Amino acid sequence: MGALHSSPDDAAAKAFEIKGGLFPLTVLRLLKDNIEEASRQIEELLRKAPDFFTGAPVIIDLKPIENARGTDLTGLITLLQRHSLVPIGVRNGTDQQRQQATAAGLALLPYGDGAKLRSIPEDRGKSRGHKGLSMSRIVSRPVRSGQQIYAAGTDLIVLAAVNAGAEVLADGSIHVYGPLRGRALAGIGGQVEARIFCRSLEAEVIAIAGVYRVLEEPDAQFAGQQVQVYLSQGSLMIESV
Amino acid sequence: MATIIVVTSGKGGVGKTTTSAAFAMGLALRGHRTAIIDFDVGLRNLDLIMGCERRVVYDFVNVINGEANLNQALIKDKRVDELYILPASQTRNKDALTSEGVNKVLSELFERGFEYIVCDSPAGIEHGAFIALYFADEALIVTNPEVSSVRDSDRILGILASKSRRAENGAEPIKEHLLVTRYDPSRVNSGDMLAMEDITDILGIPILGVIPECPSVLQASNSGVPVILEDSSRAGQAYTDIVGRFLGENLPHRFTTPEKRGFLKRLFR
Ligand SMILES: Nc1ncnc2c1ncn2[C@@H]1O[C@H](COP(=O)(O)OP(=O)(O)OP(=O)(O)O)[C@@H](O)[C@H]1O
Ligand SMILES: [Mg+2]
Repeated sequence: MGALHSSPDDAAAKAFEIKGGLFPLTVLRLLKDNIEEASRQIEELLRKAPDFFTGAPVIIDLKPIENARGTDLTGLITLLQRHSLVPIGVRNGTDQQRQQATAAGLALLPYGDGAKLRSIPEDRGKSRGHKGLSMSRIVSRPVRSGQQIYAAGTDLIVLAAVNAGAEVLADGSIHVYGPLRGRALAGIGGQVEARIFCRSLEAEVIAIAGVYRVLEEPDAQFAGQQVQVYLSQGSLMIESV
Repeated sequence: MATIIVVTSGKGGVGKTTTSAAFAMGLALRGHRTAIIDFDVGLRNLDLIMGCERRVVYDFVNVINGEANLNQALIKDKRVDELYILPASQTRNKDALTSEGVNKVLSELFERGFEYIVCDSPAGIEHGAFIALYFADEALIVTNPEVSSVRDSDRILGILASKSRRAENGAEPIKEHLLVTRYDPSRVNSGDMLAMEDITDILGIPILGVIPECPSVLQASNSGVPVILEDSSRAGQAYTDIVGRFLGENLPHRFTTPEKRGFLKRLFR
C-alpha cells in the first residue's frame, strides 16, 4: 500500500503531545504587603522603561507577604496587564490569595521558597557542563534600532554595535565588541551570575537577572569605557576592565 | 539582470525624492537605461520634481491592477534618452501596492532591458516603505545630520537586514550606501548638527556622499528639473560625484568643510 493512500489509522494519529518545558520567566516578588505602594513603584519603573517587559510572562511570588491579610491581588494583576505584562501564575501565598489568583485565571505553581528560586540558575549551569554544552549565539552585524536579539539558554556575543533603540537579551552573559548604545539584559531567566561586557558603555538600560539600571545621562565615570557589569549582593556593579 | 536600488530613510522630508530624481538622471546621463518608480502612492511628487506631471495618464497602481500596461504608464524623459518614470497614483493608498503586483512590474522592467530601477520610498516604517525596499539589491540610505534622522535610518537598516527579500531568502545582503543630505558644515562646526564622522560611526555603513544644504535644490524642484542638471549648483555637483562613486570611480568628498567667505564678505562682516 502506497504511503499516499490514507489509511483508517490516520484519523487516530496523534493530534497533540504534551511535553514538559523549562522557560525563562520573570518573577515578581512582593516584598511588602502594600499593593498600592508596589503598584506605584511598578508604574514608576515601567514609565522609565516602557518596553522593558512588554509581553513578558510574570510569576507573582507571594512568599514574603503570606502573613498579610486582605491583599488586593486582583488590583495588582490588572495593573500588570495594563502595562502589557502577562501574569501567568502565583507561587506561595495564603489560601485567600490563591483563590484571588485562580479567580483571575492565573495558574497555581507549586509552593517553593526563595532560596530554591535562586538555585535554579546554578542547577542549569551544572547541567550545562561539558555534555549539554550550548554554544554562544554570535551576531556579527550591528543590532539596530527596533531590533531585538535573544540568546536563549546561552551567552550572546555581538561583534558589532548595539545601537540606541536596540535590545539584546541573553539567559547567560552578553559580550558586545562594538559600542553598546541600546539596552542589554543578561541573565533574564534569573541567572544572577550572568555578566555584561562591552567595549564602550553608552547604554540606555543595563540589567542582570532583573536588576536594572536606566542610564539616562551616560554615567560620567564609565561613559565610553570598556567595562563589565555584574551583580554583587543584589546590586548592579559597573567596573572598568 | 537589472539592479534594484531603493532610496529610503524612515524619516520624512530628508531628501529621498530629490535624491531619487538626481541619482536616476545621473545614471541615465552616463548612458545606463534607468527606470524610476514612485512608491509614494497617495502623495506623488516625483513627477513634479521630474517635470512630467502633465504627462501622467496611467500610474504604477493602474499597471499593478491590470488597468493599463507598462508601456502606457512609463513616461520617457524628454531630456535624456535612457530615463523612464513610473509615477505613483494620487488617488489610491499604499495598500494598493501588493508584493505580487510590484514583483510583476519589476520583472517586466527586467525584460525591457533596464539596467537600474530606482525606487523612491515613502517615509515611515510601515507598508509603503517595506514594499519599496523589499525587492532591493542596493539601498541609498538618505540621512540628515540630526539625531532623529540617524535613528530612523538605523531602523530602516535593521529592516533591510531582516525583512527584505534577500534577507528572507538568505541571499547576499542588500548593499547599503549612506548619503548624508542637507549638510551644513558651518552648523556642524557650531555643534548644531552631527558631523559626517559621527553619522558613519553610528550607522557603520560606507558613505557614498554628502550633499550640502543648497537653495538651488528647491529652485530646481520648483521648475521640474532634477538638481543634477544644474551645473552651477553645489548640490548638483555633489550628486554627480555620488553617481560617479556608485559606478566605481574614486572621487574625494567635497562640500564637507565650511565655504570660504569671499574677501569682500569678510571685509563687510
Ligand atoms: N540638499 C538640499 N538642500 C536644501 N534643501 C533640500 C536639499 N535636499 C532636499 N531639500 C528640500 O527638502 C524638502 C524635502 O525633500 P524631498 O521631497 O526630496 O524629501 P523626501 O525625503 O522625499 O520627503 P518625503 O518623506 O515627504 O517623501 C524639499 O523642500 C527639498 O527641496
Ligand atoms: Mg519623497
